[in-house]
Amino acid sequence: MAVASSDTAIRTSRITRAFIYLFLLLFALFYLLPFGIMLVNSLKPLSEITGGNMIALPREWTIEPWLSAWSTAQIGVQPTGLRPYFINSLMMAIPAVILSTVVGALNGYVLTKWRFRGDTIIFGMLLFSCFIPFQIVLIPMARILGILQIAGTTPGLIMVHFVYGIGFTTLYFRNYYAAFPTELVRAAQIDGAGFFQIFWRIMLPSSGPIIAVSFIWQFTNIWNDFLFGASFASGDAAPMTVALNNLVNSSTGVREYNVHFAGAIMAAAPTLLVYIVAGRYFVRGLMAGSVKG
Amino acid sequence: MGFLDIDNVTKSYGAVEVLHRVDISVEEGEFLVLVGPSGCGKSTLLNMIAGLEGITSGEIKIKDRVMNGVHPSKRNIAMVFQSYALYPNMTVGQNITFGLEMHGTPKEERDKAMKEVAQLLQIEPLLTRKPGQLSGGQRQRVAMGRALVRNPDVFLFDEPLSNLDAKLRVDMRTEIKKLHQRLGTTIVYVTHDQIEAMTLSTRIAVMYDGYVQQLGTPKEIYDSPANLFVATFMGSPAMNVLPAKLVERNGALHAVLTGAEGQEIALRIENAPAAYQSYKDADVFLGIRPEAITDPEGADRNARNIQGFTNGVTVTEPAGADTFVTMTLSGKDCIARMRADADVHPGQPFEFAVNMDKAVLFDPKTEERIG
Ligand SMILES: Nc1ncnc2c1ncn2[C@@H]1O[C@H](COP(=O)(O)OP(=O)(O)OP(=O)(O)O)[C@@H](O)[C@H]1O
Ligand SMILES: [Mg+2]
Repeated sequence: MAVASSDTAIRTSRITRAFIYLFLLLFALFYLLPFGIMLVNSLKPLSEITGGNMIALPREWTIEPWLSAWSTAQIGVQPTGLRPYFINSLMMAIPAVILSTVVGALNGYVLTKWRFRGDTIIFGMLLFSCFIPFQIVLIPMARILGILQIAGTTPGLIMVHFVYGIGFTTLYFRNYYAAFPTELVRAAQIDGAGFFQIFWRIMLPSSGPIIAVSFIWQFTNIWNDFLFGASFASGDAAPMTVALNNLVNSSTGVREYNVHFAGAIMAAAPTLLVYIVAGRYFVRGLMAGSVKG
Repeated sequence: MGFLDIDNVTKSYGAVEVLHRVDISVEEGEFLVLVGPSGCGKSTLLNMIAGLEGITSGEIKIKDRVMNGVHPSKRNIAMVFQSYALYPNMTVGQNITFGLEMHGTPKEERDKAMKEVAQLLQIEPLLTRKPGQLSGGQRQRVAMGRALVRNPDVFLFDEPLSNLDAKLRVDMRTEIKKLHQRLGTTIVYVTHDQIEAMTLSTRIAVMYDGYVQQLGTPKEIYDSPANLFVATFMGSPAMNVLPAKLVERNGALHAVLTGAEGQEIALRIENAPAAYQSYKDADVFLGIRPEAITDPEGADRNARNIQGFTNGVTVTEPAGADTFVTMTLSGKDCIARMRADADVHPGQPFEFAVNMDKAVLFDPKTEERIG
């Protein structure tokens, strides 16, 4: 795969280059500023925030707000901290991501390599599901969760995200597999491999980049979702985003901004981590369309 | 009853019929080449033999067993694809044994078979590499290894050499031919390269537009093409096709052409087939291969009917071993193939010799060969 290298870039003089770096640095700082402020304030005692400057570094460093946000802060009515909800989110996001990726991969495989009558219509409908706004799904989904008796539970949320994600993952895998040489599938057929053996032994091992794309996309969306979480999983089953909202909106006592900042960073941390670890595969996967023979 | 029978097979995509009533019977050990221009249906026919495409009507039989609807892996065939289709995530060794593994062959047997094939194709040092780390020729060998290891009844090749450079293509061509002579397996081989077809095959099926135009040995196809398409498609440079008039003079049929200066050139035909009689005084196409037109010294000594004529030379093209000479005959360019040291010069008249034993006549309307 071609990666832009320095020799394809336009040659620049030292001065221009210095300007470019300065500019980039400024923008980087600008983008990092909110995160920096959150971090700084999550490490201050509350008195320093209420009594003064949000931008200043802490005079007295403390991890107390972090501990509080994690395990003792008031979420709604219970003083549980965010921990149980963080676990809820993991229990919801991981199965939903895996399920939707697996089904997306299978769909992509069938839609490109086992063409059948009406396959383009089915793909069109799956694609259409990517554009259905969340709000439209709410009421029918509530009804279905009710019928299945998983309303207000983590499995219920898993199903919602799984179903809603299939459209996107199918789109990714279909486009990736469209460029996958069909002759490989035919060769495997002649070799005697069945439907799942071809998928498992031939297609999946070459799907690394697109699996990364699907994982990152799905994880970020599911983890960050608020609407479905607030609608379908109240109380103990609430995901992190809803719990964070409850933390910030707890009406008892003073507003502990430093704890709120710490909680917000906790809520953002997994997606941040996923991007740092797998971000480069994301770009690579979006650009890669074919398998080098 | 042949070893591989293609009985009245047609193929349609929707309302479009792309293969029309193909009838070919292949004997055991034959090397059948399907040749024709792009889009004529060669790959479609091969894929139907492999079971990768359905059969619209007719029957395909291997060893008298009807194959319609039988899964590709149950036909005991093996196929080499144009792109080689090596599994990119597996090593060469795994690529070769994948088919055996899928058929439940035990590990020791698989390894033994792999070793034998690797030795035969001289790819032993490559067994642990991935396909991405191989050159084109090496990939080609591995692809053949994967086919060979299954010990199939029929080998199917779909343009296996078209991705190689010219030199390697010639080498691999020889190697495939050697392999066939050594193993004696039945092969169906698709190509659009008529030289590959001539050199490799024991029989050729020339296809065009979904029809088998002619089925025969390379010699039959080359010397007695069934129609104008086969005549011009097979052979390089192509057969000269010249408008002529068939007349009787002194009790013998002559093909009368017009030279570059408008002079009449009458070429006597000996041992004319009876069918020529009905074309007396009619227009025909005279087909002569370039190598049948030479200088008088270079003419075939075994030919019985060499006719001489003088005509102006338009262009000469020395090509190392031969010199190609272009002249105008009956308003068409006509190419002659001479010895390299023939004394020909552009713009000057030259004494040509035609081996009329090799000449064929075509009906201008039906484009079929006469006789
Ligand atoms: N899936 C399909 N649907 C409709 N028409 C098809 C389909 N596949 C092939 N054809 C048509 O069938 C004809 C034969 O195709 P085929 O691939 O057999 O040609 P070919 O002789 O192998 O050509 P090439 O030398 O380019 O590989 C072509 O006209 C092609 O357009
Ligand atoms: Mg083809």
